[in-house]
Amino acid sequence: MTGKKIKLSKVIEQFNLKIECGEQFLDKEIKGGYVSDLLSDVIANCKEGYIWITLQGHPNIVAVAVLKEACGIVIINNRQPEEETIKKAKKEKVPIMTSSLTAFELVGKLYELGISG
Amino acid sequence: MKGQIDKITDSEVLFEQEFKINGGDFINAGESSSKLKNILKEIGINTDIIRRLAIAAYEAEVNVVTYARHGIMRILIYPEKILLTIEDEGPGIGDIDQAMQPGYSTATEEIREMGFGAGMGLPNMKKNADIFNISSIVDKGTKLEITMNLNDKNA
Repeated sequence: MTGKKIKLSKVIEQFNLKIECGEQFLDKEIKGGYVSDLLSDVIANCKEGYIWITLQGHPNIVAVAVLKEACGIVIINNRQPEEETIKKAKKEKVPIMTSSLTAFELVGKLYELGISG
Repeated sequence: MKGQIDKITDSEVLFEQEFKINGGDFINAGESSSKLKNILKEIGINTDIIRRLAIAAYEAEVNVVTYARHGIMRILIYPEKILLTIEDEGPGIGDIDQAMQPGYSTATEEIREMGFGAGMGLPNMKKNADIFNISSIVDKGTKLEITMNLNDKNA
């Protein structure tokens, strides 16, 4: 990682992410990123403070993000989180964003900004 | 329970807690593991041990939710080790060697689409545990024992 701190709010603004929930927790610093749709892979490899990019929108992504202490979840490719996912994320204080970009495009942009894995 | 374990291990249980896991409850899968992680943090367990145990606990919890009818996750903390057991009532595993192979899974297509059933659960548990034991009886259930040593100099 570079020395500069990048906050969730900056990434949301810069890449036009839509905030689905967790507006009040966007001041968090992004310490790195991980992209995967396999939950076992995320559980094994995502780290604390990482932004997690996935196409999964079901409620269990919140449990995974909580357990890994991810700073937020971005659901890509115009996919939407389920209602129950939002309900759980609000309760667990996990910010969820959505993007029209593909995982490849979004990760490329995040990497370019200085966020690495 | 405590008395029995004391006899076997000849060691004092400092902390003990149980979590019930319901088969098929994908909405709450992983919550027991998060509660467990918070407990270990409050106790002040080494962060690397917490990280590894949380991975193993989540995988075990999701396995119960995915395959079994119900199960109990139990944490026992001793002065020298942490013992996590997950015991379920369910279909059991016929061929444990095969189930331990990375990538092997009997999960349905629907489960896989949710990002579960990648065949990484049991291998991840073994990889992260200091000692990993698995026993199973077909049509009865499966028991997992995950031990973390607390007195390793490197821990």
